[in-house]
Amino acid sequence: MMYLAKINIMPKKEILDPQGKAVKLGLGNLGLRNIEDVRIGKHITMQVQAATYEEASEEVELACQKLLANLIMESYDFEIEEVK
Amino acid sequence: MKFGITVFPGSNCDEDVFYVFQNILKQDVVKLWHKETSLQGCDFIIVPGGFSYGDYLRSGAIARFSPIMDAVVEHANRGGYVLGICNGFQILTEAGLLPGTLLRNISQKFVCKNAYIKPVSTSALMTASLDSQRCYKIPVAHADGRYYASEDTIKELQDHDQILFQYCDANGQILSESNFNGSLLSIAGVTNRQKNVFGLMPHPERACDEALENTDGRYLLEPLLSLQTV
Repeated sequence: MMYLAKINIMPKKEILDPQGKAVKLGLGNLGLRNIEDVRIGKHITMQVQAATYEEASEEVELACQKLLANLIMESYDFEIEEVK
Repeated sequence: MKFGITVFPGSNCDEDVFYVFQNILKQDVVKLWHKETSLQGCDFIIVPGGFSYGDYLRSGAIARFSPIMDAVVEHANRGGYVLGICNGFQILTEAGLLPGTLLRNISQKFVCKNAYIKPVSTSALMTASLDSQRCYKIPVAHADGRYYASEDTIKELQDHDQILFQYCDANGQILSESNFNGSLLSIAGVTNRQKNVFGLMPHPERACDEALENTDGRYLLEPLLSLQTV
């Protein structure tokens, strides 16, 4: 079975995200003044060949922990769907 | 003593480090291509600066999985010496050989200039013989140099004398203005608990040749030559 994983990687809450701060400034300059706490991360998609949803999920979990995210500075979450 | 310099696709300070160790410090030195799996009997490994794998994903994240890194990790775990400079420092943190990580500079800019650093650790080979009352002028060139670690890790670094250098101004004052990249505690370099792995954001190899009119880098590298081969 083929699964599609959609992964979000975000800087941890306690870490200052200067990129997000700069973008918030830009949004303010646009006149959008109701926006607060802009944070910028990464979105990664990948296809995973696996027998079951659980197997695909395990593979993606490992990918996140070992390479895609640095757990000192980032947290991650993901969702997986079957590709029809 | 035989020095080995790892070379990844995108490394660009390997030649400078090689030149300094061979021509100025007069050492036996070889380059180790990232696809190799043996350290060729080297006693001291240097992971040089650059943009390994284009800094894709995170600086150092992909280089860390190159075949040569398994040998480097094994060497370090056996007590062998390793020095990472700039991107090399980033690679060593990604490999888990050094605590903490390096975030994007607080200014969001690539900073290339002469920085001043002060030695801190009195028990690490690299800094023990340096003068803690003076500062050393060493070039920096990086975008991801903001040292960060959890509160617990920072406390451990302090408790075990693992901070190698802090950024300071030309008078040796550690100020928020001299901490140009926003590192926690102005940290410019750290060592591991066993003190056989060193990581530096500044480039000592860029301050060794007299033609460059700054040879402060030699003070940082010369202590490494006093090592007995293991």
